Amino acid sequence: MSTDATIEEDAERPASRDFLDGARLGVPVIVSSAPFAMLFGALAVANGLSVFEATLMSLTVFGGASQMVGIELFGQKVAPWLIVLSIFAVNFRHVLYSAAIGSRLAHWPVWQQAAGYFLLTDPQFALAEARAESGRKVGFVWYMGAAMPVGVSWVSCTWVGAAFGRLVPNPQALGLDFLLPIYFLGIVMGFRKRPLWLPIVLVSGVASILAYKFVGSPWHVSLGAVAGIAIGAIFGPAPGKVEAEEPTP
Amino acid sequence: MSTTVWIILAAAVATYLTRVGGHLVLSRFETVHPRVEAGLNAVPAAVLTTLVAPAMLTAGPAEWIALAVGGLVALRGGLLTMFLAGAAVLIVLRQFMA
Repeated sequence: MSTDATIEEDAERPASRDFLDGARLGVPVIVSSAPFAMLFGALAVANGLSVFEATLMSLTVFGGASQMVGIELFGQKVAPWLIVLSIFAVNFRHVLYSAAIGSRLAHWPVWQQAAGYFLLTDPQFALAEARAESGRKVGFVWYMGAAMPVGVSWVSCTWVGAAFGRLVPNPQALGLDFLLPIYFLGIVMGFRKRPLWLPIVLVSGVASILAYKFVGSPWHVSLGAVAGIAIGAIFGPAPGKVEAEEPTP
Repeated sequence: MSTTVWIILAAAVATYLTRVGGHLVLSRFETVHPRVEAGLNAVPAAVLTTLVAPAMLTAGPAEWIALAVGGLVALRGGLLTMFLAGAAVLIVLRQFMA
């Protein structure tokens, strides 16, 4: 039907098979991200967002760590542009994924590429890169099969957490106020194979504590981050291929 | 619309720019300068560390122990395992140290 054979994954295979192949790979991502989506919803409401706003954020931003950073700052009466900048900074790693995966998606029509990049989370990049490296084509239907169920789960679990999170009787006893630092530490640990990880973390940590004490919140985020990034840029010209390490979207 | 909704939408646009931007901008260059790439590689750990370290300042022993246990579990397990371990330690310890 198509003169451009590269558009079709394989003429013999029905599209539904490709979708299911992708969806199967998305199952572990759904299982591991669902608790964080519910936690995000519950914490977002605890930090003053409405159920609608929490769900809207999961639908439009679709990036776990950055959403958690956002609600952490929403709770601290930080200037709006700084919240946006902080979310942008946490999500900036996607630039590397996007550059790396670009050539694999280049045979899609533009609107499909536009949709594909919207769903380019950490696990989605890892799945797509693995498929491309195994020599199979990264088709649009397969890609959507892997990404769409994860997105639907992420948004609906956020809604569940936001709608029912406030029913938790004693949030302090459950440690809700300190779950975010534990979560952030886990993500930081996930990057530990990267070059210069320990010096970067130590310098960012010390710089952010000093900035917190002597400059004040929220500047500890940008000042601490700049100090760590400088360490990476000065001491670590260690090029390598881009890898996704975080299991949540 | 509320300020919060505008912030969310602006953050969504910023995030989309990072997801599409690498392809549109970075791929136009033959090579990315190694220092730029090393700096970009450092971004997530650097940013997220700044959200953990100052929280430790204002916390107490229950929180410190929970972070330490979570950090150790993270050496072997994944994010979810580490998170559940840290949260469990925190909840238990808070029953004794308030």
